[in-house]
Amino acid sequence: MDVVNALAQGLLLGGLYALFACGLSVVFGVMRIVNLAHGDLAIVAAFCAFVTLSATSLPLWLVAVVTVPVFSVVGYLTQRLLLQRSLQSGPLATLLVTFGLSVVIQNLLLELFSADTRTLDAGSFATSALEVGDVSLSYVGITGLVLAVGSIVAIQLFLSRTSSGRIMRATSDDPQTAALVGADARRVYGIASAIAFATVAMAGIVMAIRSSFDPSLGPAQLLFAFEAVVIGGLGSLWGTLLGGLALGVVQSLVAVADPSSSVLAGHLLFLLVLAFRPQGLVPARAS
Amino acid sequence: MSAGVPAVSRSGRSTRPTSVVGAVLLLVLVALPFLVYEDVTSSLVSLFVLIVIASMWNLLAGFGGLVSVGQQAFIGVGAYTVVALADAGVPPYLGVLMAAVTAAALALPTSFLAFRLRGDYFAVGTWVIAEVYRLVLVKIDSLGGPSGRSLTGMNDVDATMRAAFTYWLALGVAVVSVATCFWLLRGRIGLALTAVRDDEVAARASGVDVTRAKRVMYLVSAAGCGAAGGVLVVDALSVQPNAIFSVQWSASMIFIVVIGGIGYLEGPIVGAIVYFLLQQVLADAGSWYLVLLGCVAILVATRLPRGLWGTVHDRWGLSLFPVDYRVTRAPAAEPCPAVRT
Repeated sequence: MDVVNALAQGLLLGGLYALFACGLSVVFGVMRIVNLAHGDLAIVAAFCAFVTLSATSLPLWLVAVVTVPVFSVVGYLTQRLLLQRSLQSGPLATLLVTFGLSVVIQNLLLELFSADTRTLDAGSFATSALEVGDVSLSYVGITGLVLAVGSIVAIQLFLSRTSSGRIMRATSDDPQTAALVGADARRVYGIASAIAFATVAMAGIVMAIRSSFDPSLGPAQLLFAFEAVVIGGLGSLWGTLLGGLALGVVQSLVAVADPSSSVLAGHLLFLLVLAFRPQGLVPARAS
Repeated sequence: MSAGVPAVSRSGRSTRPTSVVGAVLLLVLVALPFLVYEDVTSSLVSLFVLIVIASMWNLLAGFGGLVSVGQQAFIGVGAYTVVALADAGVPPYLGVLMAAVTAAALALPTSFLAFRLRGDYFAVGTWVIAEVYRLVLVKIDSLGGPSGRSLTGMNDVDATMRAAFTYWLALGVAVVSVATCFWLLRGRIGLALTAVRDDEVAARASGVDVTRAKRVMYLVSAAGCGAAGGVLVVDALSVQPNAIFSVQWSASMIFIVVIGGIGYLEGPIVGAIVYFLLQQVLADAGSWYLVLLGCVAILVATRLPRGLWGTVHDRWGLSLFPVDYRVTRAPAAEPCPAVRT
């Protein structure tokens, strides 16, 4: 029974990882870069929600609903004003800028909020769960998984059905040719960043309700998200979902036997995939 | 050879004084424990460690095009090697040498995994690998587990002598690191890597064994970081896994190299001195120091991509460790040296 329960909890945890990862997957697919501050942005979102919640009497769901679009605007602006400039000076510069951003964010949060751990108080929502047989599925966990699947469906629909989405795929395949037929790469990159920031804000808020958080947690979230993307297969959003779920399940199953090894087991799964199936579980369609 | 024919050379006006000034500076640095108080030499140990790890990162990223965020893996491996060997009776100063060897030996299998990833994915992949090293090492109870260990075998050494020996060790590791970079980059591998950095496809087409050259860089860089980790543990006399495997080391390497000038051997040295001085001045500022440094690194990466030394180099053509070739007007008498390939 422990195993069935661990499997279910692993799927919920994996859903959250997939939510962290889908933004990373989109940005890499379009711009071929990894934002090293990705995990820290989730923590920023959590702190934003925390501050808004303590300063106003708004309900948490409303705070979340406001934070996510604000983050997508911030994402668009960050791309246009900061990252776009570094994209032009080569791949190294972007990596350095996002790494610098990560260090700045972590230490700013540390100065502003100290190293204390906090939680987002979601009242009864955080503690209640759906009982299925002997397995109890927390509503927060289900929310994370549903948001992950919902985000990926929405992004897939955006990419396949809208004209902006088609331009984004064209720019991803061949930026020069796309530019020739009138695609504005800067706008495309801005939209990709907006998607990434919005999904990572959702992930940060869900994570902050699930468990306590502090300014130093960003890098770990980045690593989990990154592993989900690589395990699933570069360039495939459904692969990212599968990768996140695989990572969550492995961590959760190993935690039953030895809680101190769960993170290590996730990393080892990543290394195994890298060694024996570098294209990932769901290889991207041939381009 | 007629006058006016362009010649390709490496050494120039600026390199001859370098050798003289460098030799004098080195002599002064070697004699320093006899000249100044211990607190000066002990703070210089951390400067030398910064120079070593930054030079190693520059070797990877500036010349090999491999941006790693996981070199702390080898700093940690080096530190733990010294601790484990000291338990077995190996003197810690000798252990530092073994730390470099162990780090390089572990870097070989690591490279086969890490090299499956490219670009940004290599960066994050090396970070995961560093975490794996940390999480595996804290499982070894004899090495202290999560709380770390102190170094044995140093108690019978007099404190003043220990400080001096540690200083000479750190200086030695720094000199060997910079010299190794210089020697590597002037040889075939340096030329191959410069070609790879400039255009990987063209380099491959010209017959450069790109992966082999990168792997050599990766191993050398791991060895340097391993030795640096060994120096750190000999200096601190203890090791704490979360600190020694902290990604903060990568942050230091990256900031130093970016600010100093990536792709120049002088860059990490200049950057390390700037970083070190800022660290001393802003010692009381806490985390604000890193906020400031991060902002400076972002600004330099976007506005001044060649760093401080690159700016100096572009402006005055100054090069203390010339590893590149330059075209000059040949004086009539001198033969034109052929470009080695």
